[in-house]
Amino acid sequence: MNDPLVRLSLLFLQMSLLAFGGANTILPEMQRQVVEQNHMMDAHTFAALFALAQAAPGPNMMVVSLIGWHVAGLGGAILTIVCVVAPSSVLTFLVAGVWYRFRDAPWRKAVQKGLLPVTAGLLLSSAALLIKATTLDLSLGLLTAGVTVLLLTTKVHPMLVLGGAAVLGAVGVVG
Amino acid sequence: MADPPYAEISTQKSGPGIAGIFTGFFMVGVRGFGGVLPWARRTMVEERQWLTATEFAEILGLCQFLPGGNIINVSVAVGARFRGAPGAVAALLGLMLAPVAIVIGLGAMYDQFAEQPVVRRAFAGLAAAASAFVLTASLKIAAPLRGRWLAMAITVATFVAIAVLRLPLPLAMPVLAAVSILALWRFEK
Repeated sequence: MNDPLVRLSLLFLQMSLLAFGGANTILPEMQRQVVEQNHMMDAHTFAALFALAQAAPGPNMMVVSLIGWHVAGLGGAILTIVCVVAPSSVLTFLVAGVWYRFRDAPWRKAVQKGLLPVTAGLLLSSAALLIKATTLDLSLGLLTAGVTVLLLTTKVHPMLVLGGAAVLGAVGVVG
Repeated sequence: MADPPYAEISTQKSGPGIAGIFTGFFMVGVRGFGGVLPWARRTMVEERQWLTATEFAEILGLCQFLPGGNIINVSVAVGARFRGAPGAVAALLGLMLAPVAIVIGLGAMYDQFAEQPVVRRAFAGLAAAASAFVLTASLKIAAPLRGRWLAMAITVATFVAIAVLRLPLPLAMPVLAAVSILALWRFEK
């Protein structure tokens, strides 16, 4: 139980079937377990790894692999992603074949409608925890606010925004 | 229902083989900078024409309903539709292989250079922007709830439970979900 690899695997096996709305909805629980409970890294490193995963190609869920890598190397990276992907994938596989039978059922729509406010609350929690960890000073807070406005009001490419923010940080305009 | 059931659709098409499924999702994985779903749609609907736009939307609807990463679930559902369990595994491996390798490479570089002042500062900027992405996504998801007091109360309750009280998700989520589903079903038509 004390092996970080075992602990991470168990954590992500649990998380897999709770991730309604994808990786970002389980981010607060990942942070709670990895940072606050087990002290595997600090909140800034957690936020930096999240940012790194965001900048890399592939599914959002890759942040899990990066956490696994940081805590337990190559084995950690592979085991954590397998643990978080396997249960939800098996469920999808089983449900996909019978989906047409209940996709228009009233209970199915009620469940989806009811999950939405919870998903919104989880995503807002993720955002709040990340912002708390990444707002090291006023300029970084302004950068987060500015990028949010930019993303809400324009169709600018995400990679351009991330690259621009990294350059602003590197040359010392923010941070 | 005008649409034929799932089982019939899957037998109507010859569809891609195992290798095709693998390479298709491999391309989706490596190209998916800043959002994989648009690439998945483009690859499967426009370029390879495995699915019609409606079929893709249908599969996406299923995958958004279930837990897990949307695109990960899409790969499983599409792979399974054409080639059963081996197809699902091929799609999943194709999708994940390159991103896992890339992320491990980036992780190794991060561990090596994180202490350098320039890298530290670049990451401070990058992380601040990444936070903004999550905030934007959450505001977009929450937008349709505006003016629906019960739904907004549930969102606030979820935020307080998870971000403020820091309750464990495996305990809080089932309770919040059950209350939300029942309350909206009963009181919001």
